[in-house]
Amino acid sequence: MEKFTTHTGVGVPLKRSNVDTDQIIPAVYLKRVTRTGFEDGLFAAWRNDPAFVLNNEAYAHGSILVAGPDFGTGSSREHAVWALQNYGFKVVLSARFADIFRGNSGKAGLVAAQVDEKVIQRLWDYLEHNPGGEITVDLESQTVSTPGGEVQDSFDIDPYTKWRLLNGLDDIGITLGHDADIASYEARRPSWKPVTQRV
Amino acid sequence: MGKTLAEKVWDEHVVRSTPGEPDLLYIDLHLIHEVTSPQAFDGLRLAGRKVRRPDLTLATEDHNVPTIDWDKPIADPVSKTQVDTLRKNAADFGVRLHPLGDIEQGIVHVVGPQLGLTQPGMTIVCGDSHTSTHGAFGAIAFGIGTSEVEHVLATQTLMQAKPKTMAVTVNGSLPDGVTAKDLILTLITQTGTGGGQGYIVEYRGQAIQELSMEGRMTICNMSIEWGAKAGMIAPDETTFAYIEGKPEAPKGDDWDAAVAHWKTLVTDEDAVFDKEIVLDASEMTPFVTWGTNPGQGVPLGATVPSPDDFEDPSDKVACENALEYMGLQAGTPMREVKVDTVFVGSCTNGRIEDLRLAAEIIKGHKVAEGTRLLVVPGSVRVRNQAMEEGLDQVFIEAGAEWRGAGCSMCLGMNPDQLTPGERSASTSNRNFEGRQGKGGRTHLVSIPVAAATAVRGTLSSPADLVRQEA
Repeated sequence: MEKFTTHTGVGVPLKRSNVDTDQIIPAVYLKRVTRTGFEDGLFAAWRNDPAFVLNNEAYAHGSILVAGPDFGTGSSREHAVWALQNYGFKVVLSARFADIFRGNSGKAGLVAAQVDEKVIQRLWDYLEHNPGGEITVDLESQTVSTPGGEVQDSFDIDPYTKWRLLNGLDDIGITLGHDADIASYEARRPSWKPVTQRV
Repeated sequence: MGKTLAEKVWDEHVVRSTPGEPDLLYIDLHLIHEVTSPQAFDGLRLAGRKVRRPDLTLATEDHNVPTIDWDKPIADPVSKTQVDTLRKNAADFGVRLHPLGDIEQGIVHVVGPQLGLTQPGMTIVCGDSHTSTHGAFGAIAFGIGTSEVEHVLATQTLMQAKPKTMAVTVNGSLPDGVTAKDLILTLITQTGTGGGQGYIVEYRGQAIQELSMEGRMTICNMSIEWGAKAGMIAPDETTFAYIEGKPEAPKGDDWDAAVAHWKTLVTDEDAVFDKEIVLDASEMTPFVTWGTNPGQGVPLGATVPSPDDFEDPSDKVACENALEYMGLQAGTPMREVKVDTVFVGSCTNGRIEDLRLAAEIIKGHKVAEGTRLLVVPGSVRVRNQAMEEGLDQVFIEAGAEWRGAGCSMCLGMNPDQLTPGERSASTSNRNFEGRQGKGGRTHLVSIPVAAATAVRGTLSSPADLVRQEA
């Protein structure tokens, strides 16, 4: 995973609540067996609408999504995170994230930064007055800001995910370092626990 | 202080706990399907890793598979590639697979319980959000993303921050004709789709205890629809009776040891939940959704709401958007909403009890003209059992389509899809925009409402059928 320290990019206002994973990427786009190429499915239904924000040239190359509350509800598809990343997004800001989406983001290296609903509104106001305006997200200091100082606020992210993102660490590598703990747990599991096959 | 059920099961699975870090949790059962696993196996290959515990891993094919012509090659080449990839991965890494055509194939959340692999006190994960279904047995079960699938394959563990716990106590008994589905839809509308966020929820109280395992699975299945990390129900005699004799259930002395342990898996009397919700089942009625998330629901006897009914500005906008997408007018009685397709099936309502109930209501009736009824068993075993009981004939005589096992029309990923503007009454779990096919309009309903709606062509309950005959 790539390290993430700070990112400045075009903010994209997504003025909807409850953006579920079927909206982020419909199931029909989930059939690839790779981690790339999912950008075509991102917000697929909405992108047919010429008025949709990503069809506005000012936002087409956005990398920071400023979304309404309850973003990423629904399915466990990590493809939703990949679709955002494949399109070019580095950060999603929302007042509330669905648990699985937030977890998947942290694993895949997309920053899911939780901010107060008022901050989202201020960012939307800023982008309305400055279409295509840039936003800076600094992970170390957990701040989100705009160049003119219109918005200068903090965001929440769990400390462990922050540490992993800052250092670009791979979870599996970390866990395999605890192999002795896993083996000792396995040695004391009850023998009547089910198995799918005898190996 | 005592512990909640969730805390007991959690604590039994902690491999390693360090302040400031998530717990490292052991996973007892890892279920796999074709959609969310290919990139995980690829990751293993790239790193030269193997599956740590193939004996705690089980794969089946469900999301992509057709429910007709399942003996022929899958027509959609992209779907076929995904299914073929799972078969290759299972073979390469030594994972037990139940492919299309196998007697044990079916929706992953129907297969686990019917094999007896789903047992109380376990940790169960799958790259599928409806893994919460297995919580009905008193297991901690939740959906994970593909990176986590890879993590479990490689280590049989997951790093997880311990969630808070919530009790949902449902007092009283559900009235006749009101099901577990109505109960959970009522709860989701009350709490909203984010109401359970950050919690493992334990459902308890008389109405929950009175439910069959199938009903309990329906409740836990939809825990994710109100954002909960997982849903659980304490195991009891109903649970033990369901598991006993299943192919992978413990036998002999193992059975006694297992049951003795399972009986300890209840919330202690002095345990404290972080949050509690209390509902009265006796006041519940058949419940249906009108909008585009599972929290946008009303009693079947109510009317389509208006944006003015909502105080919160974002709820107002959400209502406007939903009505436009759904093609509904505020104030229309839900019973007047005409339905094109009725879907009976999915990991929410595709088990044998669901098919029995649907058949009982449909028997002697015909599917309304202009309406299509799709009946899709959750697994091959469910299908065979239904045919043994003659349920297939009831459906076929009524004019329904009797299909093979799979996720089918729950999600627009296989050939069973709605067309733009087509309206469904669906026993599945999500009414998101485009969920059942691009432009499709979904009303989530219970089995009795689905069956009655198929007969009348408009959203209905079995009580409407009786009135029609009188």
